[in-house]
Amino acid sequence: MTTKIKITINEKQIEVAEGSSIVDAAVCAGVIIPTLCFHKDLCVAGNCRVCVVEIAGQKRLSAACATPCEEGMEILTNSLKVRNARKQIIELLLSEHNADCTLCYKNGNCELQKLASDYKIMTQDFIQLAPLRKYQIDHYSPSMIKDDSKCIRCQRCVRTCAEIQGVSALTAAYKGDRMKIATFFEKPMNDVVCTNCGQCINHCPTGALVERNYIEEVWDALANKDKFVIVQTAPAVRVGLGEELGFEPGTRVTGKMVAALKRLGFDAVMDTDFSADLTIMEEGSELLMRLKKVLVDHDPNVKLPLATSCSPAWIKYIEHMYPDYLDHLSTCKSPQQMFGALVKTYYAKHFNLNPENIVSVSIMPCTAKKFEANRPEMHDSGYRDVDYVLTTRELAIMIKQAGIDFLKLDDRSFDQIMGASTGAGVIFGATGGVMEAALRTAYELVTGREVPFENLNIMPVRGMEGVREASILIENPLPDWSFLEGIELKCAVAHGLVNVKSLMDSIVSGESQYHFIEIMACPGGCLGGGGQPIPTNPEIRRKRALAIYAEDQGMPLRKSHQNPEILKIYSEFLTEPLGEVSHHLLHTHYTPRERF
Amino acid sequence: MTPGYDLKRVDFIFQDESDWKEILQKSLGRPSAELINELISSELKGRGGAGFPTGFKWKLAADELNPIKYIICNADEGEPGTFKDREILTKVPMKVLTAMAICGYVVGSHEAYIYLRGEYFFLQPALNKAIQEFQATCQELNFDFRINLFMGAGAYICGEETALFESMEGKRGEPRNKPPYPTSFGYLGKPTVINNVETLAHTYTIFKYGAKRFYDLGVQYSRGSKLFSVSGDTPKPGIYELELGMSLLDFVHDFGDGDTKAVQVGGASGFLVPQKRFAETTIGFQGKLTGISLPTGGSMMLFNSSRSMYNVLDNYLEFFREESCGQCTPCRVGCQQLLNGIKAVKRGEKNALYLDKLLRLTETMQYTAKCGLGQSVANSFSSIVENFREEMIY
Amino acid sequence: MVAVLELIDNLAGQYGRDRSSLLPILQGVVKQENYLSEYAMIEIARALNLPAAEVYGTATFYSFLEYKKMGKYLIRICKTITCSMKGKNQVLMAIEDMLKIKVGETTPDGMFSLLQTNCLGFCHMAPAMLINFDVYTDLTPEKVREILSGYLNKKGGADDTRI
Repeated sequence: MTTKIKITINEKQIEVAEGSSIVDAAVCAGVIIPTLCFHKDLCVAGNCRVCVVEIAGQKRLSAACATPCEEGMEILTNSLKVRNARKQIIELLLSEHNADCTLCYKNGNCELQKLASDYKIMTQDFIQLAPLRKYQIDHYSPSMIKDDSKCIRCQRCVRTCAEIQGVSALTAAYKGDRMKIATFFEKPMNDVVCTNCGQCINHCPTGALVERNYIEEVWDALANKDKFVIVQTAPAVRVGLGEELGFEPGTRVTGKMVAALKRLGFDAVMDTDFSADLTIMEEGSELLMRLKKVLVDHDPNVKLPLATSCSPAWIKYIEHMYPDYLDHLSTCKSPQQMFGALVKTYYAKHFNLNPENIVSVSIMPCTAKKFEANRPEMHDSGYRDVDYVLTTRELAIMIKQAGIDFLKLDDRSFDQIMGASTGAGVIFGATGGVMEAALRTAYELVTGREVPFENLNIMPVRGMEGVREASILIENPLPDWSFLEGIELKCAVAHGLVNVKSLMDSIVSGESQYHFIEIMACPGGCLGGGGQPIPTNPEIRRKRALAIYAEDQGMPLRKSHQNPEILKIYSEFLTEPLGEVSHHLLHTHYTPRERF
Repeated sequence: MTPGYDLKRVDFIFQDESDWKEILQKSLGRPSAELINELISSELKGRGGAGFPTGFKWKLAADELNPIKYIICNADEGEPGTFKDREILTKVPMKVLTAMAICGYVVGSHEAYIYLRGEYFFLQPALNKAIQEFQATCQELNFDFRINLFMGAGAYICGEETALFESMEGKRGEPRNKPPYPTSFGYLGKPTVINNVETLAHTYTIFKYGAKRFYDLGVQYSRGSKLFSVSGDTPKPGIYELELGMSLLDFVHDFGDGDTKAVQVGGASGFLVPQKRFAETTIGFQGKLTGISLPTGGSMMLFNSSRSMYNVLDNYLEFFREESCGQCTPCRVGCQQLLNGIKAVKRGEKNALYLDKLLRLTETMQYTAKCGLGQSVANSFSSIVENFREEMIY
Repeated sequence: MVAVLELIDNLAGQYGRDRSSLLPILQGVVKQENYLSEYAMIEIARALNLPAAEVYGTATFYSFLEYKKMGKYLIRICKTITCSMKGKNQVLMAIEDMLKIKVGETTPDGMFSLLQTNCLGFCHMAPAMLINFDVYTDLTPEKVREILSGYLNKKGGADDTRI
């Protein structure tokens, strides 16, 4: 039981929990204090000073984000002194900022711009400092662009990279007027340990960090009559896209999204959920094969736990941080890349299309997918498997540019083939989802029975806990799998690379022994991905997760192996999981990278 | 100049220190509450510039329950015009070490550090030798106390106590949010007493002679003596121990070159006092005294009529532009705006009224900067521009 | 003088591998090498198990932790107020003249680098400068020429050890 204390905010007395910050307390009093460096996902920095408030009896103003309430405190959030100071701080920030707002990718979704607008900063008397610096834009990464001239030094990106991801590719460097956000020796982002996860983009209040966008390239492809433009949409996009287009967080817009993509002119609108189901078939089989090789054949070259490989930021992370553990990764490509390889082979053959004329686009909640599609090994179809990766945000921009009234769209369905999916594919978008989907299929494959959880909902792997564990006891397996009798299949799920680090360290030390681990680089899984709508916070991610599970619950089929198109592709094209065609098109290898 | 001249030289700090073992032994034999009361009744305030009552600081840390506590001697003397701490550490290092140990005894700490600015690297061998000798005595006395020397690496801001902790922890010297305060959450998150070199040296005097000898010096709110680092246009630059509460007029009478136009009190982050205000300005901590009382870490820079106040301010602002830690907006951007601003006015690119906008900015910097240094960086700007506006324009 | 890798290992052995050892280790490397190379920072990061970017971010905060190659003798002349008032510029010009380098530059033979620095705490003996860790005060153009001559002679002579 926390102690309550009485404070006054703008002459209104309220009771708040002892130790709560003034920013939080103000919300209880119905007062919104503007903030910039403050973010609900991150520790308090208190460095922008936009949130300053006046406390009775104190000459100086206090940062509301960093000041705990004390009994009897009388706080003014809108006194003349506060307003003057706050306005001047915003002016200072603008003087250091390249405020060519109309030329900025974040125009309209910039927290600094909003503050400037709220406080009606109509003149800029201070000397413009940004032009005095010779900033160079880092556009070498296929995933993101870093423009220091737009940086306000709030260090949200630095804290994100350290606290959420445990990567620290970004740091505050130098001091005084030269202080800036930098990588190691100011190398380009794609030359350092950056995983391309894009969480820094999600947490950047301005346009200093944005995704590298491919909107114009996709428009060009769509306008080209000779090209057959195919699009796939990742599971998490359908629960995020609405936020950019007038819906509340947690709204499912699957049908509208498909309708919009058709209106944009894509020749075929398909579903990454299909290849998520395919991933389960391949990865589930790989898990069982590895279990057999370890438990029966005692093959020392086969490693457990098997780690999922859907999250490209996780892949780059493990390549940098645990290069000795790449054998633990599933060789399965991510659903995006499986889809890409099949589009220019299976799909092209099916519809008698020349793969050369296919442009393969994917809509992803992710910026690392841009990097993944750009990997040299992702050309197994004989072409670049995925040509352009757009984030959820970029899709929303295209929908707006096309003048589509998204709210009024009628629902449409995905095209066939490679458009059918199950609930198991959908939940890939949430942390724990791949694990749940895999268990639904693997357990049934082994025992012939459904997983022993009510409604197939494997609750222990759901939720937002950083690392979660679950185990399933295998009893009475089918004869082929008799070696699994009595085995307790131990699984773990981790999301947010800082949590992944603790899980990996426990595996490296031998402290934890799992058979199967699911890793998602971003907090909440893909639904909290670096390509999802901004803002993000725990509450928004929770709502998106609820939407994902509701989508799953509403699907007629909820196990990957029931997907009729999956059955079809194996009978017509792939023959069997882990077969030769699969091996060629759906599996990949990894590259050890430098950690420092 | 009027002959009301009454500047009292004091000789405590640099007095012979050969009795340090005796003082240490005697103090370790007294109850710690008694030592704290001795300090509190002396009314000694921190000599680094901020002026927090030292006895209370020690008491706050003593009252903390954490079994691990640290004592830190702040020797990151970086304020332009200040050089007294180096002199103390050179001439009477044993006093400082003894005071640190007594502090450790009082608050219940066994681990101490001296954070010495990187510029004083050459002091290291002598200081290490002194520490070794001191440690040996601690062992003889069966007093479990270790003193380590930690070298700074060239960052003015690390003189700010929480920035200093960050620096010792191997990080960028960026000041922390307060609260929590060092006495509850300091180095490595443990209760920490951090005192300026000179403050510690004064506690030695107090433990040696009793609080009264110290208290009898100075004036109300500003008790005791203080070391002053005197530089600039003076025939006798150097370090002087003087009683607090002196009038600036008396000071200038003694130290000026007969043509003193202004005195910068408290270094680049302090205030410039023009000649017309010498008489009404006293040097000490702010209290309910009449007139202006200016606290100082001890830096007194004198300027004669040949000096351009524009150049002085330009120099200070360039210093702060570079030495701000850069994390908070008002200090990082504010310093750049002030510096670029006076240059623009001087060049005629901005008109003189722009100075008024910058003066309003100094208020914002003072009210909103994150740390004590950020809050004071604009002091020199406001005091120089208010008093020498014409020199800024032409 | 030992190889950087060995030096870092020794320093980590001496100070420990906690983050709080970072500054002493950085200083130890600078003391021998006069600056922190990319390689040295990577190896320090590895030794302390810290992200390389954080080592860089920390090192660049401190003026005495150079991250660009510096000459064997690093001259830091104080540019703060009293030194400026007492003829720093004339001294600086004398140095530039004698060594044929500007502030921020290193002599082609890699012997001298020239930098300006903030207050060294010798305002009563202004102007002041550091050459590596040795202090020189009450400088005049004549005096500084004499001091540098000493270093130049040392450079030519047998005694070519680091200060």
